[in-house]
Order: sequence, then structure tokens, then C-alpha cells
Amino acid sequence: MLLTLSTTHRPATDLGYLLHKHPERLHSQEFSFGDGHVFYPDVRDDLCTAALLLDVDPVGLIRKKGSAHDGFALDQYVNDRPYAASSFLSVAIGQFFRTAMTGRSKDRQDLADADIAYEVRIPVLPCRGGEATLRRLFEPLGYTISAARLVRDEAFPAWGDSAYYDVTLTVTARLASVLKHLYVLIPVLDDDKHYWVGDDEVDKLLRQGEGWLETHPDKDLIVRRYLKSFRSLTTQAMERLSDGEPEPDPVIEGEQEAALEKKINLNQQRLDWVLATLKAREVKTVVDMGCGEGRLVGMLSKDLAFEKITGCDVSLRALEIARARLNFDRLPEFQLKRIHLLQTSLTYRDKRLTGYEAATVIEVIEHLEPERLEAFTRSIFKDAAPGLVILTTPNAEYNALFDNLPAGQFRHHDHRFEWTRSEFETWARTTAERFGYAVEFAAIGDVHETLGAPTQAGIFVKS
Amino acid sequence: MTQTLITLPDLSLVLLIGASGSGKSSFARKHFLPTEVISSDYCRGLVSDDENNQAATKDAFEVLNFIAGKRLAAGRLTVIDATNVQPESRKSLIDLARRHHVIPVAIVLNLPREVCHARNQSRTDRDFGKGVVWGQSDSLRRSLKGLRKEGFSHVTVLDSVEAIDAVRIERAPLWPDKKTQTGPFDIIGDVHGCFDELHALILKLGYVIEGREPYRVSHPEGRRLILAGDLVDRGPKTPEVLRIVMDMVESGVAYCVNGNHDEKLKKALSGRDVKIAHGLAESLEQLSHETPEFRRQVVDFLDGLISHYVFDGGRLAVSHAGLKEHYIGRGSPRIRSFAMFGETTGETDEFGLPVRYNWARDYRGSTMLVYGHTPVPEPEWLNRTINIDTGCVFGGKLTALRYPEKEIVQVDAAQVYCEPVRPIGHGRDARDGDMIDIEDVTGKRVVETALSRNIVIRDENAMAALEVMSRFAVDPRLLVYLPPTMSPPETSKLDGWLEHPIEAFDYYRQNGVTQVIAQEKHMGSRAVVVLGRDAGAVEQRFGISAGLGTVYTRTGRAFFNDRVLEQGFLARLGDAVTKAGLWEDLATDWLCLDAEILPWSAKAMALLEQQYAPVGAAATHVLPIAAELLARAGQPDLAAKMTARAQMAGAYRDAYRHYCWKVSGLDDYRIAPFHVLAHEGANNLDRDHLWHMAVIDRLCAVGRFVKATERKVIDLNDDAQMAEATAWWEAQTAAGMEGMVVKPLAFTVKGAKGLVQPGVKCRGREYLRIIYGPEYTAPEHLTRLKARNVGGKRALAQREYALGYEALTRFVAKEPLYRVHEAVFGVLALESEPVDPRL
Repeated sequence: MLLTLSTTHRPATDLGYLLHKHPERLHSQEFSFGDGHVFYPDVRDDLCTAALLLDVDPVGLIRKKGSAHDGFALDQYVNDRPYAASSFLSVAIGQFFRTAMTGRSKDRQDLADADIAYEVRIPVLPCRGGEATLRRLFEPLGYTISAARLVRDEAFPAWGDSAYYDVTLTVTARLASVLKHLYVLIPVLDDDKHYWVGDDEVDKLLRQGEGWLETHPDKDLIVRRYLKSFRSLTTQAMERLSDGEPEPDPVIEGEQEAALEKKINLNQQRLDWVLATLKAREVKTVVDMGCGEGRLVGMLSKDLAFEKITGCDVSLRALEIARARLNFDRLPEFQLKRIHLLQTSLTYRDKRLTGYEAATVIEVIEHLEPERLEAFTRSIFKDAAPGLVILTTPNAEYNALFDNLPAGQFRHHDHRFEWTRSEFETWARTTAERFGYAVEFAAIGDVHETLGAPTQAGIFVKS
Repeated sequence: MTQTLITLPDLSLVLLIGASGSGKSSFARKHFLPTEVISSDYCRGLVSDDENNQAATKDAFEVLNFIAGKRLAAGRLTVIDATNVQPESRKSLIDLARRHHVIPVAIVLNLPREVCHARNQSRTDRDFGKGVVWGQSDSLRRSLKGLRKEGFSHVTVLDSVEAIDAVRIERAPLWPDKKTQTGPFDIIGDVHGCFDELHALILKLGYVIEGREPYRVSHPEGRRLILAGDLVDRGPKTPEVLRIVMDMVESGVAYCVNGNHDEKLKKALSGRDVKIAHGLAESLEQLSHETPEFRRQVVDFLDGLISHYVFDGGRLAVSHAGLKEHYIGRGSPRIRSFAMFGETTGETDEFGLPVRYNWARDYRGSTMLVYGHTPVPEPEWLNRTINIDTGCVFGGKLTALRYPEKEIVQVDAAQVYCEPVRPIGHGRDARDGDMIDIEDVTGKRVVETALSRNIVIRDENAMAALEVMSRFAVDPRLLVYLPPTMSPPETSKLDGWLEHPIEAFDYYRQNGVTQVIAQEKHMGSRAVVVLGRDAGAVEQRFGISAGLGTVYTRTGRAFFNDRVLEQGFLARLGDAVTKAGLWEDLATDWLCLDAEILPWSAKAMALLEQQYAPVGAAATHVLPIAAELLARAGQPDLAAKMTARAQMAGAYRDAYRHYCWKVSGLDDYRIAPFHVLAHEGANNLDRDHLWHMAVIDRLCAVGRFVKATERKVIDLNDDAQMAEATAWWEAQTAAGMEGMVVKPLAFTVKGAKGLVQPGVKCRGREYLRIIYGPEYTAPEHLTRLKARNVGGKRALAQREYALGYEALTRFVAKEPLYRVHEAVFGVLALESEPVDPRL
């Protein structure tokens, strides 16, 4: 990890006074993540360059971090942290150039107070959001930017560009300001994995951002990214089973679908409709299959007409969230008798799902592989076989009306299919016929005259 | 006084009945194991710390009932040591016996009340007066007459101390228990008066029939027949069927269980009022031509038929209409009814007949259960049960199942004797066996494996696996195997090496293996291939229409996201199998292969783009710049270090680049199979690797896209061979090979310390940069990385291997789907155990 800082302000060697680091010497310091060195490759009257090099210990990085967990780390040894500029660099800047960052200089206070020309080069700077973000962050502060993007691998041009830029920033400013900008903005650009080094990050941000951050047009972005918390290490078991590929997480990625459907607040409309339908049919016991984080269960629990409400999901994480949302550990005992949560799978037969008057399957089937739909169909219509099944799924035709959804894409990463109205109705009729149900259909959300409603529903009544 | 013999069914609930002081506890101690006896006094003590605390009686009896229930469920004879003098206290115990289908037995100690009182007086812990004993004696006396009516089928009343002392107790097997009879047997389905077909079938099965009155039937190899009931009604020759079966049962060459038609005919012949329907009229008419003597014999015979039999140490059971697994070997009115009629849903269908509930799909017993009752077009297996009623009387076939061979022998009906009310096969659901119950996989599970001890799957692991299995895995019917994880060798003691073949060879030598094979380890993505000769073959064997089969990853996900690509890939592979003549030579029309599919980049593009390539790009860009700046700053030592780091970064890039090439279609894929896991009738994990390699070489010879696996067979007593293999490994890995896997030549080996690792991978020095980081070879890193422990990984590999082996064995043996899935699911569950992912 490398950063160089040069000036051509004569005598350029005054940079040593400004940084409080003698240009003729190698300045080294140990950090928790490795060794840091400051040295001067150019020490001339017309050009002086200070280099800050971090020799990160990749093994220590992983082993130290993991030791708190399982005795080994789940993080990868193949990691860009030793090479790419990150918050480690901020830590090192803060340590090596602490005095300079305060704007004081024992021998050259006038220079420290003056705007002079600096050039900063960061050979590998990860820029989340690309060059545009890089410019948005530095240009308002008066920097001129030259950035060359690194390709992923020149042997494989098809793999495209990496997220790294070899960046040169030029500016005429006080040294302390430049250092503060770098201190804050390098981790903000890196964004990906922010390694905290202390718990006083908010204070640090306020201190280093003083005088420029308040007025920065992208203040919100900077604050949000800078304070981004550790990536959660939950769902470890899932990650270990992931074949090394990140899997879409229906809980988290639900946000994506929600964002898309937000304008029409479709989810609430859907749940209101389900509740009304259940009430209209005077149902007393309900099992919600694929309850997710338990929104419907929560709604039903507030209505004492429902005597037994069970939420099921295959995802343990979803159930954990549901437990927390429903405040399960503090529910009064009469509620505990009514409300149940259990892990089950729609592709297995589960005796625990029998004996309910109604089952709700809200926005669930599209998360199943089409080949496994048969197993689901049998588990619900043949084995659980409640008197009433309410099932909803997206209407694919309506997708054309979502501005930010490219044609042919599904509303959610984890959707395995989305059906048109006729596809859904065909499936529903066949299923009803096979298992002795009668089915009628409903549309939820604003109905478009040719494309229908965003959500389509089937109401199956056992004959 | 002579001995009094009491014969107890060996599964019964024995109530000792007698007043306080009648000697029940001494009697129990004398005749039963201490653990067989549950005393109410003891239970009072359990709940109240005082054995005589009458206030605790209610709670004490709840405990007593609970314990007794658990014992009966487990099939253990249980003795209740309580006064049991009140009818209501006996009733709850009789109900308990009924609930567990065991026989309630009463043994009454009816001593004079003075004797009881005197005994109580002599005990310090019993301070109750005369009145209590007097009252108990009165209740007892009033109860004596009605005990049989209350439901006790065995009642013994002992009226004196001498009579009590003279008792000897013997235990006898229950009626259905023929466990000592091991066969071989031929089990015949519903005959319904079709004598000609029965006669023909008996002959076809190889029996010899001599004489007619009586029939003398025998089999030269000593086989015996079992008739699954419904001998009578509807067909043309009910009396003759009865005659031959009665003669065969009499002579011991046949067993027969009771069918619902047999039961009804018995009632009709005994003069009971029954509705004459469903072919009963024909039987009565035919029998009216027989002598009254014969009819009496028929009634006696039918009256002696029991609900079911259990044979061969519990491995085989036969009943007319099936059973639940926990009914087998027990007796109760409910079992008798189930065995005759099966289970119905309570609904009636459009033909006015009761809708049958397919109890067989819930059957999880290990006993093979053969039954009839509901005609089906062909005999069908479901969860170790088989229905062999193929509707002979309706013009179908009369079917016999050979046991233990599981062969079907059939005779066609000569004609349609009766039109079925409901078309044969109506309402059947051919997919009833496809659904796996959640109870088959979740909760803490213990999976029995042939290779290893019982393997425990923790609840948490099962929960994680359930999610993956449900959301991502291919259909369980295709998921017949998952590969085990593989451990590296112990860390190398050599300087500069993390892994080296020496330790792999040492491992096997220490475990008593001398012949190993070292195989090239391909760097692609692990894949299991299920391939059928054609779509029909897959449908036939796997019970799913899935084209030519599927390819899935080590966690059960579809390998190809694109179905067309998958089927195209399978078609090519199928062509190679055909050209190599393997379908014929292996006598199979499906194969299951363990393979690596190349290139790595085909499946790992996301990892390459997000992780591997960027790290290389960043490292190779920044390190030379740092070296140059340091050199300029007059820091040669640090500059040299950065140069060395830059070289390692370059080596890292070269390492992964070996495994990448552009994939734009089918032509760019290669497959390197290394195990022929299974084919029809064969779990090949029992065959040595030379066999596997020979089969795979034939594929390589004909399929351009099938990549051969280089290998060396090594005798671990021969240093030269080991040195040669090591040199080969060093050279090949330096040139880009990932590494090699050392395996016992015999494949599956059980050593002194259990199952030997089926493979140990020795990864190359350069390849390991992809695992341990570009610069792991720097001495300061390597020393630390050498501290690693392969123990956990090995234990896991062992268990997963035993489970995978088990899954294949079960699949090949055509065991029920849930049994195969249980083992496969176990592998996936164990994979969610936390283990260092770099091992």
C-alpha cells in the first residue's frame, strides 16, 4: 500500500519540515497490521517527494481477526488489503503526520499556513462508484484529478476493469487540509471492507472533517460510508455452503424488490388484502408459509379472531428476525399459545402443517426452482390440505411499468421465475383440479388496463 | 402343592392385583426383572419423597402411566405393582395396553384380609389401620368376576400363600411371531376363489402338488408359501381354494393371514347377520354344494387365521391390507382391523367406495411388509412395502413375491371373473413415494452406515442444510450422492513447503495401506454427473423426467445454470459412453460419475472477477513502484524485499491463469472423471482405482472433451517409487498442475483406527498461492501458516465419506427415496460444520 506526496514549491525540501520527517532518513513504525515506512525518493530543491509505504502482514491480518471466532479465520488470505489503499493508510497518515495534520510546524509555520502546490499519487486506490465518485469527492475541494483504471488481468481482457485506479491528485492548499482530505476520503472511496481501529470513529471524522466536510456537497455519502460498520459475520453456516459464490439473501435483498415496489407500497396492500380475505371467510387458524420476517403473522396476531397463527420459513435468519420483530421473548402467555414460528421447508412433507383452516403463501413460490414446484404443490395441497389456500405471486406483465427494471429481469435476484397472468392461472387451475380445490383469482395493487395488477393472487377453496 | 404355570405373552402389561400386604412386591421381585416392575409406592416417593403419601397418588399414577407407556412403546413387558383393586384404576391401564397394542394380563393375589393386615402390622412403614385393608379386600372380591369383561385376556387368581409360592411364569411368543422361520418364502396376493390360477402359480413357483384329498404340496428346496388373505369371494372356485390352502397350512407348507373377505365369510357361515355383497353370495352358493363337515372345517380354519405374521428375525411381515411399523408383532382390535382393511380417509369416492389413505408412504419401518387388498395394475414398492394384489379375479394377474429374492412371479387370469366397481389403479398417486417427510431429515439424527459407526447429525447443521437443500439443490431423486470433503496431508516438515507428498505417504503407511494411487488433481469445479442412456432410462431408474440426467456441484446445486447447456453436455458424455461400449459392458443404462469440470473460470468467474484477479492487479501494480521508489531513496534492503514480493505476486497470477480459459459454449468445457461412482446394481466405491481408471480411459479414448487423469501406482514399501512420484509431483505442479490426490488403491479401506481417508490431497507450491495468499511462501509467513491442524477436517471427511457411500449403497439397492436422501442430507449438514476452509 503506497502513497506519495510531492511538492515543487521551492525549496521543495522544506516538505521535510512540514511533515516533521527528515528527508535523509527512513522513518519506520510498527502498526497492528504491519510495518509502515516514510522515505523520500526525491529530495531536490525543485522536487521533493515523501513516500508512505505500508508493508501489511497478510497472515497476521487474517489470523488475528479470526482468532476471536473459531480459532481460524473465515476471511480469505487472498485479499487486496496489503496492496490497495484503505483505512490502514489513514491510520498511518494519522500516526506519521500527526503534527502536520494539526497545521503546526515548528520550523516553517508560514509554509504550513500557506496554500502551496502538492501532488499526491496513490498507485492503487479502490474507488467504489468509479472515477465519477472519485471526482465528486475531490473536485469540490479544489483538486485536479488524473486517474488511470487498472484492468483486472491483461491476459484476459474480457474480464474488464478492476475497481482500482492509479490516481494522481494535484492541488494548491495547506498541507494539513490535504492530509485531512486523504485521511477521510481514502476509506470512503475504498468503502468495501472498513477495518476499524478504534471505537471513536465519529470523533475522528468530526475532527478531521472540520472546516471542509460541513460544506462538501457529498457530505452525506462521506459520512455514511466512513461510518459503515463491519460487514456482519452472521450467516456463517450459509456462507460455508455457498460454493464460494455469494448467494442472494432473500431477507436482505427483499429490500431491492421493496425499493422497486415502494411507490405503490405494494407489500402493505398485499397484506391488507390477505387479512381482509381471511376475515371475510371467518378463518380462525392460519399457517403462513414462507413468513419471512413475520409481517403478516404480526398483523394477524393483533386480531383476536385468529385463534392460531403459525409462521413458517426455511430461513433461520428470517425466523430470527421474525422472533425479534414479534418480540417473542416477551409475549404474554396467551399470545404464545396463539403464535408459533417454525422452520420448515415447502419441498418436504410436514405433518405439523396439517389441521389449519387456511394457509397463506405470499410471494413465495417464485423463490422455488420450477422443478421443485411440484414438491411444494403436493406438500401444501395434498399433505397440509387446508380448507383455504391464499397464494400470491408477481404478475410478470406488470414489470414493464417499473422504470428501473430492465426488460426481461425479475424483480428480485432470488426469483427463479415470474409468471404472466395466464401462466399463473393455468398452473392454479390445474393444481386445483388435481387436488380437489376450486380456485378464483384476484388482482392486488393498481390495475393497468392491459397489463393487470402488480400482484396476482389465487384463492383456493377445498371442495 | 404342584406348580402353577402362568404363560405370559412376551409383550404384555401385567397388573398385579391385591390388597396392601398381599405380597405383590415380593411376587414381582421373584418373577420379574427389577426394571420391569413399576410400583405405585415408588412413584409416590418420586413425586413426594414419601412412598406412603396418599395425597401424591394422582401425580404418582401419572408418572407410573408415563413410564409404562414408554416401556410398552419400546416393546418391553411391564409389570404394575399397585393394589389395582378399583375398576377405574385398572381401566386406565387397560387403555394404556390397548393404545400400545399389547395384551393386558391380570395376576390376582387374593389372600385373606387377616393375613394382609397381620403383614402390614409387622412393618414399621405402614401405619394404616385395618379399615384400609378391609376396604381393599372388598373391592377386590367384587372385581373378581368381571376381570375378563374389563379386557384382561389372561387372568390368574391365586387364593393362598401356597398357591402364590407355587407359581412358575413362562413367557411365550405372540401369535404373529414366526421370527425363527427364515424362509425362503413365496408370498401370494389376493386369490378370491381363482383356483386355477393359484394352482398354476404354485406349480410355476416350483412346488409339487400331489393328491387331492388332501392336497399334498411340497417344494424340492423347502420353500414355503404365505397367502396374504382374501382367499374367497367373487371367483369361481372358492371351496377348492380353501381346500388346498387348508391342506397346505395343515401340513405346514403354507401360512395364511386373515383377509376382510375371509372374515366376513366366516361370520356368514357362523350364522351371523352380514350383508351379502362383494362376491360373498358366490362363495356361499359354491359352499352350499359342499358337505356340512367341510363348511365346519372352513369356519374353524378361518377362525384360526390371525392378522399378520412376522418372519425371519423381523425382516419380513405379511398382512392382508398392510400395517403401521409399530403394529408389527403386536395385537389389538385396532391392529386386526388395520390388517384387514388398511386405512381410509373417511371419505367415499365417486364409486361409493371408501377412499383409501396411502399409509405406505408414511411407513418408515425396516421390516419388509408384503400385503394385498387393493388391486393395483402391477406390484409396487413404496418405502419397503409392496402391494402384490394384482386383481386376478378382475382379469389381472395372480402375483407371488419370492423372498428373499424379491422376484415377482405371475400367472395371468384366465378370464375376467368379476368387473371391478372401481377401475384398478384408480386414485393411486404414483408420486406418493417422492415426497420426503421433514422428519426424515431434521432434528438431531443418527444415521446408520455400513462403513462407519452411526453418524450423528446435529440439529443446527440439519437446519442449515435444510435451507440450502430447499432453496438451491436439485431434486432429491437425482441427488444420490454428495462427495466428502478432502483433507491435505499433515504440514510438511521441509523448509519452504507447506504440503508435500512425504506426509501423505506416511499417513497411509501408518494406517496399514501399502498400495496407493497418486492421481493428478484437476483444477476446475467438482461435479457429480447423473447420466442416463436416454430420457426413458432416467425416468425409469430415478423416477423423474429430467432429460438425460443432471450435473450438480459438491453442495447439490445444479452445475449449469442453463438447462440447454446441461443437456448438451450430458448428450456429449452419453455419446462417449455409447461409443466406448460401456452401457453394454457394465450392463446398465445409467451412470453416476465423480468428476472435475474444467476450466475453473467457467464456474468461478465471480470469484475471479471479485477476488483473484483484482488482488493480482493491485499487487503487481503497486509493488514494483514501491521497489523503484525505495531504490531511488537509497533503501536497497527494503527495495529488494519489495522486488521479491512483486515476483511472488507475479507467480500468483501465473498460478490462477493456468486454470482459466474463455468459455463461450459447450466446446470449451472439459470433463475429467475420476470415479465411476455407481451404475445399475453396483456401488463402485468397493472397486479399486485401477478399475475406475480403466473404465474412464475408455471414455477418454472416444471423447475428445473427456480429459484423462495422470496417475502413478505406488508401493509404499518402495522408496524409489515414492521418490519418482514425488519428482513427478514437483515437476508437474511447477508447470501448473494443481497437485495430486493420494488414495488407497483399493478405494475403501477400513484400518485399525476406522475408515482410512479415501484421499489425501497434496497441493502444489504454486497453486497454494491461490489458497494462502500470493506471498505465502515468504519465510515469515510460511512459518506461521505451518501451524494448522488437519484432525477436524479428517474426522469430517471420514464421516462424510461413510454417508456418501451409504447413500450410493442405498440407492443401488433401490431403497426408499427417504433413506437415500437421509444420507445425502447428512453430508450436506456436516459440510456446514466450521472447518478451516483452506484445508
